[in-house]
Formats: sequence, C-alpha cells, structure tokens
Amino acid sequence: MAKTVEGLYYSESHEWVKVEGDVAVIGITDYAQHSMGDLSYVDMPEVDDELEAGDEFGAVESVKAASDLYSPVSGTVIEVNEELEDAPELLNEDAFANWIIKVKMTDRSELEGLMDAAAYEAMCAEA
Amino acid sequence: MKYYDKLIFDLSKEGRRGCSLPVRKWTAGLDELPAVLLREEAPELPQVSELDVVRHYTNLSQMNFGVDSGFYPLGSCTMKYNPKINEEIAAHPGFSGLHPLQPARTVQGALEVYRELARSLSEITGMAEFTLNPFAGAHGELTGLMVIRQYHISRGDLKRTRIIVPDSAHGTNPASAAVCGLDIVQVKSKENGLVDVEDLKPLLDDTIAGIMMTNPNTLGLFEKDIKEIAALVHECGGLLYYDGANMNPLIGKVRPGDMGFDVLHLNLHKSFSTPHGGGGPGSGPVGVAAHLVKHLPWPRVVELEDGTLDLVNENGGSCGRISGFMGNFGVILRAYTYILMLGRQNVKMVGPLAVLAANYIKESLKDCFKLPIPSVCKHEFVFDGLADQTTGVTTLDVAKRLLDYGFHAPTIYFPLLFHQAIMIEPTETESKETLDGFIDIMKHIAREASEDPDSLKTAPHTTPVRRLDETTAARQPVLKYKDIN
Repeated sequence: MAKTVEGLYYSESHEWVKVEGDVAVIGITDYAQHSMGDLSYVDMPEVDDELEAGDEFGAVESVKAASDLYSPVSGTVIEVNEELEDAPELLNEDAFANWIIKVKMTDRSELEGLMDAAAYEAMCAEA
Repeated sequence: MKYYDKLIFDLSKEGRRGCSLPVRKWTAGLDELPAVLLREEAPELPQVSELDVVRHYTNLSQMNFGVDSGFYPLGSCTMKYNPKINEEIAAHPGFSGLHPLQPARTVQGALEVYRELARSLSEITGMAEFTLNPFAGAHGELTGLMVIRQYHISRGDLKRTRIIVPDSAHGTNPASAAVCGLDIVQVKSKENGLVDVEDLKPLLDDTIAGIMMTNPNTLGLFEKDIKEIAALVHECGGLLYYDGANMNPLIGKVRPGDMGFDVLHLNLHKSFSTPHGGGGPGSGPVGVAAHLVKHLPWPRVVELEDGTLDLVNENGGSCGRISGFMGNFGVILRAYTYILMLGRQNVKMVGPLAVLAANYIKESLKDCFKLPIPSVCKHEFVFDGLADQTTGVTTLDVAKRLLDYGFHAPTIYFPLLFHQAIMIEPTETESKETLDGFIDIMKHIAREASEDPDSLKTAPHTTPVRRLDETTAARQPVLKYKDIN
C-alpha cells in the first residue's frame, strides 16, 4: 500500500501540496511514483512561469510511461528542484521528501478544493 | 539461439579490407576541396574483411525475432504474416529500377498501381479518394489533420483550433494534433471502455475542428455510439477523423465512411501485410470524403483525357506537399499485391477471422488473467494482469517469461486505463494450433506465478540476454561505442 503524509493537500492527478506561508510546495505522491515505476526523467517549468490551477507544469517519464504534471494551485513558480534533473530516482526513493516546484500562490481558497490524506487514500483504493 | 554479442568495431583489425582499391585513384584531388569540407582526422570506421561482415550480420540476424520465426501477438500492431509474393513483386526490376524523377509517361505502370491501390482502399473504407503519399501512420495522421484545418480555413472559419481526443487514444493522436497546431481536448471513456457521449456533448462548440476516433478503440471494443457521435460532431461543424490503426477487424465488414468519418489514415504495415517493425518502412495512406478531395496533398495521380496518367503538382485548396514524391512506393506495391492475392472474396474474411482468433484467446484465458471488460472484443483485447494478483508477479514478468517459451511478448502497460495492461492481438493469419500453443503457455505461466513466482521475476532465462536494466539505460544512456567501457 502506498503511503500518504498527514497535513498535506492532495489532487486527483496525484500531486501533493505542502503549504509554507503563501508558498505551495508541490510534488507527486508515493502512489504516483509507484504506478509509474522507475522514473528516468522529470520535466520542470522555468522559474517565473505563471500557472493557473489545473495547468500542466511538466511531466515525469519512466520506462513504462510518461505522465503530465498538473498544478493544483494558481501562482508563480519561484523555485524548481534542480536536483531532480540529474537524479529523477529521488522521487522513487521518497516522493514526499523530494518536492518538484514551489509556487507563490495567488488564491489560497483553491486549497479547499483539494483532498486530505484520508480522502486521497480512499480515492486510490477505489482505482 | 546462438549467443553473439560482438559489435562490428570489436572485429576491426588495422589495415584489414574487404577489397583493395588503387589508392591514388580515389584520393587524388582531395586537396582541391575547400579546407572546411575536409575532416582533420580519418573517420573511425571498422576495418574488416567481407567474411567478417557477412558472419557478423548473419549472427545478429539469427538473434532476431520476427513474424517469420514465431507468434507475435503484439496488441495495436497487427503483426500479421507478410506473404513472400509481396517481396517478389516489389523486387521486380520494372518497379525496383524506377527513379522518382522519371517523366510520368515512362512510369505509367507504377502510377496505375498507385491509382488502383487508392481505388481498392476507397472501396474497403468507403472514402471518396486517397493519397498514398504519407510515409507512416503518424505522418498520415498529421496529413489528415492538415486536410481538416485546410477545410475550415478555406471556409474562412478560423476559430476551429481545438480537436477532441478520447482518453483511450493512441499517443500519436494528441502528438499529431499538437504538431498540426491544434489544442487537444480530452473526452473520457465510460466504465465499459467506450467514449462517454454525455461527456462529449458539452465540449462541442464552434471552436472544435473535429474529433479523432479509433474504432474499434485501443481496448479492442467497437464504439457502438459512433453514429450518434458523428451526428453530434457534424452538427457543431466539426469533422470526424478515423485512426485506422485498428482497421483490421473491420476489413470486409464495416466501412468508416459509412460510420460518418470524413478523413482517415490506414497503416499498410498493419492491416495490409507490409513489413512492420525494424523501420518497415511504413505507409499511412489518407482517405477523405468527397467534399474534402480538393484539400488532399499533392502530388496527385490524375487521368488525362487520352487515358494516360500524370502527376499534378499544384491544386487549388490543397493542404500542400507532405512528401518529396509519391510515398513509399515499394510498400504501396506490396499492399496492392496483398489485396490482389486475396481477391474480393477472401478480403472479406480478414476481419471476421481476426475477431474470431482474438475472442478465442480471450475466452480461453479469462480465468487465469483479469479481464476488466468482459464483452465481445474485435481484433484485440486487454487483460489487467493475472487473475491472482496476490503473487507479486507483474505484467512485465509475464511478458518476459513468454520469451522463454519462444513467443514474442504482447503489448504491455498500454492502454493506460489499466495499470497492468496486457494487450493481445493474434491476427487472422495464425492457425488454431498456434493459438492453442500460446493459450497453453499463458495458462502455464499463470500457474508458475502462484507456484514458483521467482521463475517469472527473474525471466527471461533462455534468451541471448537476460532481463535488461531499462531504467539505467534510460537514466544514463551510453550512446557511443567508445563510452561502453
């Protein structure tokens, strides 16, 4: 069973959001990395890119498949995790310890549309 | 299978040659070339004898697996047998010796083959006219979408920049649409694997250029609502594009043109028995309904008043030129041979027999493998891994184990709708004995998964190379011989 972390927000497309002030730290869930298998590449946006909630901001690729990443919140990309460029396997090792992008949020109310850990677990169990 | 893992560079010995050429004759005059065109160092080509080369490639070829060596149930690929007469006709000097720049009056026979294949494909699919110029399936998709764009532009309807693609589509559909400058809108599938008409309706407005459909879809299921979908899309002013990758089960029975499709591509290297894989090369003819003929790409073959054939290089309203010449002519010739060899009567049996073979395997194996959508399939079907999902054995393990038993693996992890997808397509060209042999081995593998899972997790055991480390290959690709060590 894939693990989840309490206190994070979860999207239907398997991203997690950790809120630090007005910044959303975004990564993919353990369930997502497990479904994808060994990741070979992480495609990330540029710093200063503007995102609307639901926008594609990159993709993860494994030997099995490629999957787009969608931003759960609107805002400006303020940092991308450059470590992932050379070491995509970090997401397989610990999907929650390794974030992908940080977004300065413009609308915190969007967080209310996301799931908590329990709801996300329930969604994955149904799949 | 004999193990052989040498590279041609491993065989190289300084000064060894296949034949000796007079040195001065071929190097004289090099100093007259501009310095920028001269390389500073000699290229590091392998230095080998003719016998070295012959043995090397013969050994490599014996490690290959193809339809000629065994059953190849690769879903979505229609790996049917390629009859040898196709090769004999394609090798005929009257065809193989042609040059694409010859005047049309000297290649009347070739133009006739082109026109007659186009005519046969029109009859099989119910489309008004074909271009055979696109070089492969995805190239055909792009060409077909260019025709759709050209149609809207020619009517001054410039808003239509979005195209609908189902979530079960081949990955080439959204890719081709993006290359064509269209924005992609996804429509969902229902539980039963078919396009959700209710999800489609709200997407239809005056910005929709069309919809791309595969029928039967990538789950091997016939889109039963296609007439309603066609009516809805046409009503909103869009066109219907048919991805012909899955045309095989319909041949002789159902025509996309009659379903309401306006544009389609076929894969001659799938449905019409031309070589597939290893570069093919492919061929992706595009057929269109009567109102779109003027948007087809050029050059086109036309009949002149005196009955001779000619090439037209300009055409008002055309989407333009998408190939240098007339497509992969050798492939066109093979497909035409295939159709003529079968004849009208037997062409009609292609689809029904392909469907029968797929359903026979599906029904025989559905107790051992999880069948997520238990309806009658067309030419292929999808299992979602083993029925017993407690063993820890994955779809990848099953696929690798099949290699030990001399079968090519099916398509795995596609379509993406199922996490452990195994997609099997036997085609009409396999005998019942071959299908039974495959079924027995699949049942045996399912038993092994419960009794001896390690034999699967470490498979393959009998192939020239064992399980490859695809992850490291993807993360740290070694692209040069020199970097191997």
